[in-house]
Amino acid sequence: MSGYAHPEVLVTTDWVDRHSRDRGVRVVEVDVDTGSYDEGHVPGAIGWAWDSQLCDTVVRDILPKDRFERLLGDSGISRDTVVVLYGDNNNWFAAWAFWQLKIYGHPDVRLMNGGRVKWLAEGRELSLESPAVAPTDYSASEPDLSIRAFLDQVREASGASAADLVDVRSPAEFSGEILAPPGLPETCQRGGHVPGARNIPWGKACAPDGTFKSAGALRELYAAEGIVGDKPIVAYCRIGERSSHSWFVLKYLLGYEGVSNYDGSWTEWGNLVGAPVERGA
Amino acid sequence: MRAESFSVTELELAGWPVRITSYRIGETWHAKADNVSPGANIARARAEGREQAEVKVIERASERLGATRRHPRG
Repeated sequence: MSGYAHPEVLVTTDWVDRHSRDRGVRVVEVDVDTGSYDEGHVPGAIGWAWDSQLCDTVVRDILPKDRFERLLGDSGISRDTVVVLYGDNNNWFAAWAFWQLKIYGHPDVRLMNGGRVKWLAEGRELSLESPAVAPTDYSASEPDLSIRAFLDQVREASGASAADLVDVRSPAEFSGEILAPPGLPETCQRGGHVPGARNIPWGKACAPDGTFKSAGALRELYAAEGIVGDKPIVAYCRIGERSSHSWFVLKYLLGYEGVSNYDGSWTEWGNLVGAPVERGA
Repeated sequence: MRAESFSVTELELAGWPVRITSYRIGETWHAKADNVSPGANIARARAEGREQAEVKVIERASERLGATRRHPRG
């Protein structure tokens, strides 16, 4: 993991194997497919469901501060707990959870490099037991919204080129050929992308085993599309989880300043009355 | 308990590239299908054997992929 700007935010499957039950460490599985945890998980890990526990289920929003505090408290997490996140789809929603933990200022959050699939492929131990958790009285920081982009910032980035826009969806979604990933429900009125965005699919940041590519390869990947960290960067996808993954790469592995995740993403922009849309590659 | 006989294969279903991942945990075989690009899970199945689990997951994935519309880019 050398060469990354912040290697301390990544742990290996080996590390997790050795420390998943340590006092002061809480491993959390966060999956796209919320049934995966129940198949078997890292021993000692708890599971969070992204669609009910990591978002406001009435207003479209991330967790409000009080619910975030309750979730972490109920999970036995204190401010000094090392939180290690992992999940399916190469950590899509684990990265989404990482992003929210950073919004609320949790000091030590890490991703398990390679996610759930690497753990399975390596034949590591799995557990069906949910660990007993001693609740805490967790107190979060005020939200740091510098890492979250909202519609107005995206409009400004698109219109005045005030920031680099990185669309991390697949080329077919970017071009407008499809309105959602193949096999998933269409969730927008228009296909295409935010004018001016560059298409760098999230998966290009990963090696075949699901781990992140080297710092040099990542730098080249983004530089080939003109993303070099010389101005703010806004990452987006369809609902903000894939772009959390790319946000993590840009901010923590490459160390670029001013990187934010637009979680409104295409389900906001692609449904917005009057929003300009670009089509094609 | 561990995932055993972990296997990944790629094929095309309804005109889309698909990755089938299957493995056994305990007595149960699990199969999952993802759409390669972007890599989203589109179907999962469990069965007593690998082949049955994969057949089920391919059936479910084919149904979902068959409903995906391609739009003109104009």
